[in-house]
This record gives sequence, structure tokens and C-alpha cells, in this order.
Amino acid sequence: MSPKLINNIFFQSIFLMSLLIVVGVFIPNWLVFVITKAIAYGLVGLGIITLMRGGLVSFGQGFVFGIGGYTAGLLGTQSGLTDAILLLFISFIFTGFVGLIIAPLLARYRDIFFAMLSLAFSMVLYGILIKIDAIGGSDGFVLPESTYFGIKPSPEYSDYILYVVSIIMTGIVSIIIKYYYDSTPGLIALAVRENELRVEYLGSSAFNVAVLNFTIAAGLGGMGGALNGIALGHIDPEFTYWTTSGEFVFISILAGYLSVPAVFLAALLLELVRSFSGRYFPDTWQLILGVFLILSIIFIPSGIGSFFKKFFDKFKNK
Amino acid sequence: MSKNNDLLRAEGINKSFGAVTAAKDINVGIKKGERVSLIGSNGAGKTTFMNMVTGYLKPDTGNIFFKNENITSLNPRVITQKGISRSFQIPQIFEPMSTWENLLVALGTSQKNHSYFKNARSKENSDYIDEMLSRFSLNEFAHRQVSELPGGVRKLLDIAMALVRKPDILLLDEPTSGVGAEEKYPLMDTIAKALSVEDLTVIFVEHDMDIVQNYSERVVAFYQGEIIADDNCDKVLKDKNVQEYVTGKTQVKAK
Repeated sequence: MSPKLINNIFFQSIFLMSLLIVVGVFIPNWLVFVITKAIAYGLVGLGIITLMRGGLVSFGQGFVFGIGGYTAGLLGTQSGLTDAILLLFISFIFTGFVGLIIAPLLARYRDIFFAMLSLAFSMVLYGILIKIDAIGGSDGFVLPESTYFGIKPSPEYSDYILYVVSIIMTGIVSIIIKYYYDSTPGLIALAVRENELRVEYLGSSAFNVAVLNFTIAAGLGGMGGALNGIALGHIDPEFTYWTTSGEFVFISILAGYLSVPAVFLAALLLELVRSFSGRYFPDTWQLILGVFLILSIIFIPSGIGSFFKKFFDKFKNK
Repeated sequence: MSKNNDLLRAEGINKSFGAVTAAKDINVGIKKGERVSLIGSNGAGKTTFMNMVTGYLKPDTGNIFFKNENITSLNPRVITQKGISRSFQIPQIFEPMSTWENLLVALGTSQKNHSYFKNARSKENSDYIDEMLSRFSLNEFAHRQVSELPGGVRKLLDIAMALVRKPDILLLDEPTSGVGAEEKYPLMDTIAKALSVEDLTVIFVEHDMDIVQNYSERVVAFYQGEIIADDNCDKVLKDKNVQEYVTGKTQVKAK
């Protein structure tokens, strides 16, 4: 196969999407569900690595994850909109818009201050959500069953159809994000990460880069939240809790900021660790997660994305 | 507002850091195309002046005009966009990137109406970067990570990045500092050759008087935040105040 084709984003994406869709037919339903959840978490992680490319890490992506989830849930329960594709799209746009509103405030801060301020937003939202009984308070509420182009699939196929939809939508989003990473603004974001002052002295705005990246991260987080809510069929304030945000940071650190697919692989690893440790070592999954994180920071500080990058660079140089 | 033929003009600039006076009633005009060096001992106010011109520091009083527009309150980004670029004493480059990528970032920042879907590594961009690499004799370092590059090459890259935007004025902060004595002239030759292509005004801070003599037409000497001499090279370097306070060449007769 030609190296040029292997390095083509469309080819990579379509190949991977097709493979996952076909594999989904043969794997057990619980794994289909785990992968769908991993995609939801991976979308939030993709947002964080977008921020990481600009030198920022958010500890509070639960904020946008929750807004996305509640947007999908409330649209379903209050307005009767149950089309999963529309819900994912609307959550992406609405949460991105919310992100755009708060981004100018967050973008004034860097390092730990940015991280903690983003966490503060998520905790404020958590505090509000558990107090609002009309939307279930701390128990949350159940989402109506999803439809696809007006058709409600039978229960035995609903997980697989959501899985396919999430793969296709995530594939499209990932291609767009990859284009952004490779574009001039994407490259400037990487430069901001390394030397913000020099970027300003070259005539670009580090502030604008942070606003843009946070808005993108918010949209992705919202879409992830909506997908997670639809997959679970339930939404509650835990979506916005700080431990949920911590899991997104875990995914991002494990993935690194060098590769888009790596973030979904990292999310899948997290979900598998959570599933297996929950089953075989109850109440110790945080311990396993912690050990996993320590090992990945020590042995692959640039994340598993560095392996992906090395692999594709090999073809690029041919 | 100042209106004259000066491309850049500082009027009545004062700047203090606590008890230290870094700029005291600075009045200086720079004409288009001039090659001006700023000299003075450490702490004389040269870099402070440069930082005020490029917007990093704001003067306590006074104004700076560029093309007769008051730029005193503008930030570095806007000043850069208007046509004043600078390099740094310690090169400010993007360490994990290659020389080629550093120039690509510089080129990207200089372009308006970015496309979010067009690859930055387009043929058009590549061609321009290759041209810049040739101008600064950086071809052999193109794909090396800049953290591995020798000091002189890092200086060249820093200057090349500042030049990508095609500014009207280029400020160079000690372009030969940290470079070995034998490398200084080749480095300055490369810089001078690269800059000669542009219709450029160059202001550079320099401590080496041989470099000053060879590469500038005009010299502005600073001492304790004040300009003590401003004229052509020969006159300034022979000025008694300059010899006493800057170059240290005054021979004190033994009693």
C-alpha cells in the first residue's frame, strides 16, 4: 500500500470507521456499550488535548460534559426531540456556544489558575444541578429512548445503532479536528504552548488561540456528554463532578497531544480497566487507575500518541 | 503629534524602575533605511528603549511614533503587525520544533485570513521558507530540532523569524552576544547579506565596537538612561563622553 495513502487522513478515518463498524457486529453487546462510552469520553479527551496543544489543561471538563448531557436529556424530556444525531449535534453547538461565552474569562489565566478556574465552573454547576429538583436533583433523570431519522430501533439493535452513529459522527469530528491541527492556526497553537511571548512578538494572539481551543474543547465535551447520556439512558450531576473531570485528564495524559486516534484508544483503555477491575477487583479500580497512570507517565511521557506519530512519520519520510 | 520624516520617533521618553532611571528624556528619530546601533554599558537603557519601542514596556512619560502614528500604548502584537519586528538577546524560538517549522510558525503568524482547513505545509509556504533558509544559510539545519542547534544558528533563526513578516523596522538585541569571537563576523556578514534584500531599517544593540563600526552608519550611545551621543560612527566613537562611559578607551594619564 502506498505510504501517501496510509498517511491520508480520509483513508485512515474511513478505514478505521469501517473496521469498527464491522467489528461491532461480532463483538458482545457489553463491549459495544463500553466502546460507545469510550468514544464519549474520548471526545472530551480530544477537547482537552486540543487545549494541551495550546499549553493549557482543564481540570473541569465535567462542566461541558454535564451541559452536553443535560442539553440532550432536557431536549428529549421537555421537547420530545429524541433523534440521537440531532441531539449530539445540538449539544455540540450549544456547549460550544457556552464555551465561547466563558472562554474569554478563562483565557486570561494560565497553568494551574486556568485548570482550577475551569474546575470551579464544573463544581458550581454540580452544586446547582443537585439542588434543582425539577430535573431530578442528585438522582438526575431518565432520557427517552433515542430515534434515528424518526425510527426507533428494536432494543436488541439500539446499542449497536448508537455505536455506529457515534463512530461516524466522531470520525467526522476527528477529521475536522485533524485538519485544524495541521492548519496554520493549529500550528500557531503549538507555538503558543512553547513560547507565548514570541508568538505575540510574531504578531499573533495567544489569547485568541486559548479562546478558540476552549470553545472547540467545550463543543467536543458537550457532544461527549450527550453521547454518554444517550448511551446510559440517564443523566445526573455526577457528569459534572470533579472525579469525572479527573478521568478526562487521565485520558488526555495517557494519550498525549500528538495524535487524534490515541485519545480514543486511551479512553477505551480507561473503560476496559474500569469494567474489568469493577468486576474482578471491586472498589479498587481507582488504585488500578492510579498505578496505570504512574506507569504511563514514567514510561510514555508523551503519551501513546507518540507511538502513532512515529508510525505515521515513517511513511511521511518515505 | 509629531509629524516629520522620521520612520520612528521617541519624544521625551522617561522610564524608571523604582529608584533606577532606565530612560531619561529620550528624544531620537530614526529615518527609513538607516542602520543604527545602540551602544552603552550594561544597564544604560538600550534594551529598555527597545522594549518600549516594541510595546513590552510602557514609558512613564513621553510618546513613541511610528510612521507618525502614536504607538506608545499598543501591545507587542499590534506593534509587530504595524511593521516593527525584533529579535532577542536570548533567541526566542520554539525548542521542540525544527528550524523549518519555526519559520513556518513565523510565516503563519504573518498571514491574514487563515484557513482552518488548509494544511500549513502548503507548497507556497514551503517555497517561501526554503527561500528564507537560503538567505540565512540555514539549509543544512532545516530539519534539525532547534534545541540541538549551536548558538550562532539559533541567533540567525531568531532574526529570520522576525524578518518573515517583512517589517519596516527590525530591532536586533545583541545579535552577536554568546557567539564565539571567530563566529561573530561570519554571523554578522550573513545577517547583513540577508537584510540587504529588504528595504529595511535596522536598529541593533551591540557591545562589540568593531561590529558597530563595520555594520552601522549611525550610533546612539546611552549612559544611565540618557543619550550622550547620536551621530555617525566615527564621531560617536571618538566622543569623549562615549570613550569615558561606554567604550572605556580613554587613557588616564598617570600623575
